[in-house]
Amino acid sequence: MTRNFIGWLQAAPLALILLGFLVAPIIMIVIVSFWGATEYSIYPDFQFDNYAFLFGSKVVWKVFFATFKYAAIVWVLTLTIGFTVAYFLAFHVRSLTWQIALFLVCTIPFWTSNIIRMISWIPFLGRNGIANQTLISWGVIDQPLEWLLYSDFAVILAFVHLYTLFMVVPIFNTMMRIDHSLLEAARDAGASGFQTLVNVIIPLTKPGIMIGTIFVVTLVMGDFITVRFMSGSQSANVGRLISNDIGLLQYPSAAATAVVLLCTVLIVIGIMLRFVNIRKEL
Amino acid sequence: MEKRPTSFYFLAAFFALFVLFLYGPTVTIGILSFQGREGGLTFPMNGVSTYWFRDLFQEQAVGDIWGAFRRSLVLGLMVMVTTVVVSVMAGLAFRKNFKGSGILFYAAITSLVIPSILISLGVGLIFNQLGLKVHWATSGFGSQLTWTLPFGLLIMFAVFNRFDKSYEEAARDQGATAWQTIRFVVLPIIAPSLIGVALFGFTLSYDEFARTLLTAGSYNTLPLEVFGMTTNVTTPVIYALGTLTTAFSLLIIIAFLLSVWVMNRRRARLGSDAGKAL
Repeated sequence: MTRNFIGWLQAAPLALILLGFLVAPIIMIVIVSFWGATEYSIYPDFQFDNYAFLFGSKVVWKVFFATFKYAAIVWVLTLTIGFTVAYFLAFHVRSLTWQIALFLVCTIPFWTSNIIRMISWIPFLGRNGIANQTLISWGVIDQPLEWLLYSDFAVILAFVHLYTLFMVVPIFNTMMRIDHSLLEAARDAGASGFQTLVNVIIPLTKPGIMIGTIFVVTLVMGDFITVRFMSGSQSANVGRLISNDIGLLQYPSAAATAVVLLCTVLIVIGIMLRFVNIRKEL
Repeated sequence: MEKRPTSFYFLAAFFALFVLFLYGPTVTIGILSFQGREGGLTFPMNGVSTYWFRDLFQEQAVGDIWGAFRRSLVLGLMVMVTTVVVSVMAGLAFRKNFKGSGILFYAAITSLVIPSILISLGVGLIFNQLGLKVHWATSGFGSQLTWTLPFGLLIMFAVFNRFDKSYEEAARDQGATAWQTIRFVVLPIIAPSLIGVALFGFTLSYDEFARTLLTAGSYNTLPLEVFGMTTNVTTPVIYALGTLTTAFSLLIIIAFLLSVWVMNRRRARLGSDAGKAL
């Protein structure tokens, strides 16, 4: 038996599952995106109406713009917070046991339910929530702030809350592999702490930053539930556009939007993958 | 030990705030789920009671929570076992650098980054057009695997990148067959990481929402049930449910982490001391 044959045999289950539940669905979506729809059913066809409508609609352009806006803001925030947290864990916590313990503290929420973590903001941000009550009792405001819950603010807060972990983990992983003698060398050569950070640590951490960025950007761009829940259905992103179409049984239109979304996401990732070799970084 | 720089204290404070940010809201709904009978969704607490938990255990007007929990549990276990087995096999395969491994790797990465709603929509459409009924144990199961398998695979990469090949060579030199080498050398060495893969498989499935949305059929999994409740339940009963499932998740996480810890301790105790005297 050749090496290739055994390799394929071992990889076959993975390949089959991805073929059936990833590749086939994508092909199906591409096909259906050319189909037509009545109010109740869809029928096979080859027309470009769905795409024509998509690119001709001002609303759609706006929604795509909003999606990029969320992705950009959330990226900046998660990167800043995630980098700072990882930097603290990797270079300021001195014993490995503490590093592992604090790292686990950061990752445990990842293994709990996202929906419940979203719901858990209600008592904080609600009209009579903790934030408003506190601000009123401090005399900062007289009226409860209306824009805390069910607003873009809430959406971005929830994104940061849910996805900062995806920055912390890969950045921490890369930082832990930095040879500490490099930092000593920088210090011996007279670099200040800040110079070491900018000229040594950040360049060496770039792969981790890229992996975290890929996670955060794709999760935010593909989201449909956080925006719906945290904005109280007042804001829209592409994912919601798709899920609304699905709700109305307009599958061809949903499929066309999904194809455009997938292409956008893959282009963004393709650009980022040019900067990093994921397999080497694990 | 060197004196800590001032920046340490700023960063430590930042870290503490981050942890508060991560856990604060969850702890809040934990407290609010003990809200009194007349209490609402926000503070102040209107007395302390376990009313909302009891309410949850009673016959529900809103849905079939216990059925949903059972389904999520079974599905989680199915996904967990499949994820471990398939990831290990694929991990072994990728070490051989077989032809086409690059494409398969990029397929796995695509599976990870593809917007979840596409999987939901695509799988739903396929089942629809084939005249099959979507069901959590078939279409839901497959859709969740597209989310858990890439994580399992990435962990296996991390594991095998650090794997010392001389153990396998030693086994082969002593006449072990390929299967014996895997069964008695490789698998025992990577066992703690497999517990990690299992943890990912179970918890990601147990909490999965977006990929199961259109693929679970008429019987909801727990996250779908919870999401359904958010639109029509306005009492703390939803906090009680949130608290219980979070507590359940935490128990699972602790059990997994403890077993890794015990396994590593056992290994340190029973491992050979060969070469230690050098």
